[in-house]
Amino acid sequence: MKAIFFKEVSAFLSSLIAYMVLAVFFITSGLWLWIFPQTSILESGYASLQPFFDFAPWLLMFLASAITMRSFAEEQKTQTIELLLTRPFREWEVVLGKFLASAFLLTIALLPTVTYVVFLYWLSTPVGNLPIGAIIGSYMGLILLGSSFVSIGLFASVITSSQTVAFLLSLFISFFFYYGFGALSQMATFIGRYDWILEQLGMYAHYISLGRGVIDSRDVIYFLSVTVAFLFFTQLVLESRK
Amino acid sequence: MAETYIEVKNLTKRFDEQIAVNRVSFSVSKGEVVGFLGPNGAGKSTTMRMLLGYYLPTEGEAKILGYDCIEESLEVRKHTGYLPENNPLYYDMYVKEFLLFMAYSQKIANPSKRIKEVIEITGLGPEQHKQIGQLSRGYKQRVGLAHALLHDPEVLILDEPTSGLDPNQVIEIRTLIRELGKERTILLSTHIMQEVEQVCSRVIIINKGRLVADGDPAHLKKTIFSRRRFRLEIQEKITDIPESLKRWHVEVIGPGHWIVYSESEEDIRPILYQLCVSNNWTLLTLVEEEQALEEVFHKLTMET
Repeated sequence: MKAIFFKEVSAFLSSLIAYMVLAVFFITSGLWLWIFPQTSILESGYASLQPFFDFAPWLLMFLASAITMRSFAEEQKTQTIELLLTRPFREWEVVLGKFLASAFLLTIALLPTVTYVVFLYWLSTPVGNLPIGAIIGSYMGLILLGSSFVSIGLFASVITSSQTVAFLLSLFISFFFYYGFGALSQMATFIGRYDWILEQLGMYAHYISLGRGVIDSRDVIYFLSVTVAFLFFTQLVLESRK
Repeated sequence: MAETYIEVKNLTKRFDEQIAVNRVSFSVSKGEVVGFLGPNGAGKSTTMRMLLGYYLPTEGEAKILGYDCIEESLEVRKHTGYLPENNPLYYDMYVKEFLLFMAYSQKIANPSKRIKEVIEITGLGPEQHKQIGQLSRGYKQRVGLAHALLHDPEVLILDEPTSGLDPNQVIEIRTLIRELGKERTILLSTHIMQEVEQVCSRVIIINKGRLVADGDPAHLKKTIFSRRRFRLEIQEKITDIPESLKRWHVEVIGPGHWIVYSESEEDIRPILYQLCVSNNWTLLTLVEEEQALEEVFHKLTMET
């Protein structure tokens, strides 16, 4: 598993992928939070990172799909998957190694945005007037969201040998889990009967809940379950070749 | 009796309705270099993949060095070097970077020392600082062999190690394999007959998933062809088959030029020579025709 992890991380570093992910995440969210007038803190005058936390999940969705689309699709296309699966380790070690590498990269991409928190800390009046609990909760939510998206991305990648198909499929599943369930719960037919269940199936409700600053174990368990479930499906697909 | 290193019993692999490998049994003893021969799609790669635990057999069992290929496939992989079909490699990795990754995967104790050794063995030296994608096919094949050798395995399983190479590269890789075969047990698949004759001490032929022959190349030739073949050429342009030759089966090549088949193991050259003398023919050619393993293969795989 360690070998796979290091191989994947070094592949991110030696291609431009790692730097692209870091730059795209930092620059786009920076523009969103400080420059674009519609969402800029400086325009609104409120010392709140809420615009960033509203926007970041969508960015993560794209970036997670982009960094995972290659993982299995490319190996299956070039047949190097046979090289991996005839080494002395199990399928789950391959899946976990790739998952950890991608989740690691995505988490690293979140780090530079901590500077926004520092800026805001000094900008707010009085200085330091920030809902620190909510911010920590939201960052935790982002990390958990990112892990779920990576896990979905790996699953999308393992069932095809085309990176494009993997990317689009990952985006679709991630979108559905993040936004789709919540939106469905608003449909007239479901209101009053299934709306609560549908909403709880979606990631949005749990992400918002974590963003309130109270870490509810049910939200954490939800994200971990989604992550583990898709990792498990990935492993099943990988084993089905046998 | 030498120790058995690879043992395959009734190995069967079914993909949906199609049977890729059908009750194949064979064994390979320590130190043997065995050619696994068959036309494309005969089930060679499938069999090898089952040995490495990449596929699970539908029925039957296989053991390498006594380790069960299903239950103990991790042990099997630790002691077996495997070169998969088409030699898949990470083209964007550098040679040493790739070998280092493979060394970590195999949990080798002293990676950099061992990598130096396999680069030496496989003659990768001049190309060791390049990216794999930039190497010629011959050198890519050497990288493939290098990673198969990294963990110093007792058994090597090579799936078509010379396919897609130019004639010079083929000779180089074959020399390398012969060299490796001196101290290791090798099972190599191929559909090239000369390869088997040059490299292998034994040949196993499979066709349409079934084992059709197993033995040393010379012995196989003898059992498949119960008769010997002689070429007889004389200067006289005789168009009809002479009466005196009719006791054998004769194939006409041209006027005064025939292929004569003996009925048994008997060498009929003295008799043919005497015939020429008594008929006053001027003898140009009288040789035994070598029957190529190629023809054995063709005969075995076309009949079924």
